[in-house]
Amino acid sequence: MKLIPLILSNFKRHKLRTILTILSIIVAFILFAYLSAIRNAFRAGITVAGADRLITRNRVTLIQPLPKAYESQIEQIPGVSIVTKASWFGGIYQDKPQAFPQIAVDPDEFLQVYPEFILTADEKKAWDATKTGCIVGKKVAEKYGFKVGDKIPIKATFNTPKSGGSLWTFDVVGIYHGAKPETDETTMYFRHDYLEENRLRGEGLTGWYYLKIADPKKAEEIVRRVDERFANSPYETKTETEKAFMRGFAEQAGNIGAIVVFILTAVFFTILVVAANTMAQAVRERIGELGVLKAIGFTDGQMLGLILAESLLIALIGGAVGLALGASFVKKGDPTGGGLPAFLLPTTDFLMGVAFVILLGIITGLWPALQAMRLNAVDALRRE
Amino acid sequence: MSLVTMRGVSKLFHRGSEDIRVLDALDLDIQPGEFLALMGPSGSGKSTLLNLLAGLDQPTSGQIAIGGDRIEAMSRRQLANWRARHVGFVFQFYNLLPVLSAERNVELPLLLTNLSKAERRDHVATALKIVGLAHRAKHTPRTLSGGEQQRVGIARAIVTDPTLILADEPTGDLDRKTGDGILDLMQALNRDQKKTIVMVTHDPHAAARASRILYMVDGHVSNEMAA
Repeated sequence: MKLIPLILSNFKRHKLRTILTILSIIVAFILFAYLSAIRNAFRAGITVAGADRLITRNRVTLIQPLPKAYESQIEQIPGVSIVTKASWFGGIYQDKPQAFPQIAVDPDEFLQVYPEFILTADEKKAWDATKTGCIVGKKVAEKYGFKVGDKIPIKATFNTPKSGGSLWTFDVVGIYHGAKPETDETTMYFRHDYLEENRLRGEGLTGWYYLKIADPKKAEEIVRRVDERFANSPYETKTETEKAFMRGFAEQAGNIGAIVVFILTAVFFTILVVAANTMAQAVRERIGELGVLKAIGFTDGQMLGLILAESLLIALIGGAVGLALGASFVKKGDPTGGGLPAFLLPTTDFLMGVAFVILLGIITGLWPALQAMRLNAVDALRRE
Repeated sequence: MSLVTMRGVSKLFHRGSEDIRVLDALDLDIQPGEFLALMGPSGSGKSTLLNLLAGLDQPTSGQIAIGGDRIEAMSRRQLANWRARHVGFVFQFYNLLPVLSAERNVELPLLLTNLSKAERRDHVATALKIVGLAHRAKHTPRTLSGGEQQRVGIARAIVTDPTLILADEPTGDLDRKTGDGILDLMQALNRDQKKTIVMVTHDPHAAARASRILYMVDGHVSNEMAA
C-alpha cells in the first residue's frame, strides 16, 4: 500500500504516452464486449435450444411447406410427446421488412413446447379466446410501443388474405418475456387457425413442426423414424434437433464465432505489443532511477512487484473503462434493429474480459519487471 | 572498536579472458564517527571499495564486517534489507526521482520501514530541516538548483539514521561555492550528528574536510593521512 503513490507517480512521467496506451486498451475492450455480444447473438438460438425439442421441415428447404396431415402421423411415433405446427408469415410492419418476424402457431401446444415464453394466465386465456390475437416479445413491444389491446396492421408479402388487398390486422393480447436473458423476445406469434381461415392460398399446408420428445437420449432414433415415415412422399422431411437447426440457421451468415475470435485475436495481439512496448520503454528510460531504488534497499521482489503493479494498473484502468463502456453500448440494444435478438454480453464473457485484463497486465509487465528485478545497482548507476 | 573492518578484501573483474584485480588484499578499519575521504586516480579502486562498503557488490575474497554484520556472506535479499537499515547514499548527480517532490524523494527509504505515515512525515520534515530545505519540500527536482537537489539527496541519505553515509563525488557536479555549502553540511552531520561518512572524491579541497584521507593506487592504499 505504501508503494502505491510511487507506482502512480510514474504515470506522470510521460502523460501522453500513458494516456494513449490506456486509450488503446479501452478501445480493445470495447471491441471485446461488442464482438462478444455479436457472437452471443448468433449463438443464442443454439444456447437456449432445448435438448428435448426437434424440428421437422421440408427436406428441400425451409421455405417449402409440409402437409398439415403430418401432425397426427408424427404424433403416433413412439417417444414424441407433443407436435405442433408453425408457419412463417413474412409480413411487413410500417414499411419495415426487418421490423420483427411473425410466426403462426397453435397457442396451447406451442406454449407447452416453449415454456420459456412467459405469459400471464389472463394473457393465455385472452389468446385462446381471440382468433385475431397475437403475442409480441417484450423487446418488440418496447421498441414499437405495443401494449395489450393495440391493433397491429401487417402487410402480407405472400399470404394474401381472402378479403383482398394485403393487410392483416392482429390484436395484441399479451406481451411475453423470456425465462432466460438469451430467450428471443423479438418475435410476434399469432394463431395458426386465423392464418388458415383467411389466406387465399396454402390450404392444408404448414411451414414446419416443433416436436417435444420424452427422452432426449432417443432423439437420434426419433429423427430417423420421422424422416423414414415420410420418405419417398411428395413432401419428404428433414428432422433435426433444435440445436442443430439453430446452428445451421446461424451459420447461414458464415462462421461468425470464428470470425469474431479472429478479429479479437488480432486486436489483442496489437494491444499486447503496444502495451508491452510502453512498459519496456518505461523501464529502459529509468534504469538509473531503478538502480537508486536498489541502492536504497528495495529488494529484487519489490522491484518485480513495482513494475508488475504499474503494468497491471495500466491494464486495469484501460480494461475496466473499456469493459464498462462496451457493456453500456451493448445495453443500448441490438444495433441491427431486430437482426440480433439476443444481443447481450453474457456474464461468462464479461468475466473472461476481466481475466484478459489481468493477463494483459501480467504479460506486458513481466519481461520489464524481470529486467528490473535482475538489475545490478552498480551497473544501473554507472549507466545513469 | 571499529565500525567497519575489512580484511584481505580483493575484487576481480573479468573482461573477456582477462582478470582485472581492482582491489588487492585490502585491510581497512573505519572508526565510528569518522569522516573518511577516498582519493586516487580513476581505476584505483575507490568506487569499487565504496560499492563493497554499501553492499552493492561483493568481494571476490576477504571479509567485510560493518557494525558487527558480516556483509560479504549475505544473500542479495539480505543485503538489500541491510542497506535499507544501515546505509545512506549521496550520489554525484543527486539521482532524485524527477516525478516526486523533494519530500517524497526523502521519504523513499522510509517506505521500506514499518513507520506509519505520520512518523514518516515527521522524519522527512526533520531531515529536510537539517539540510535547510524545509521550505522547498513540495518542489520537484526540476525546480531546484543543483545545490538544493544535492541537499535533498543528503536528506534522503540521513532520513533513516543509517550507520554509514557513503558519498560518491558529492560535489563533483557543483560549482565551488555550492560545493562548499554541501561540504559544510556533511561536516556538520559528522560533527553534530556523529555520522560516519565515507566520501570518494578527486578534489583535494573536498577531501581536506575529512578527518582522514586514504590515497588509493592500483587497488592498494598507497598513502594515508589525517586531515
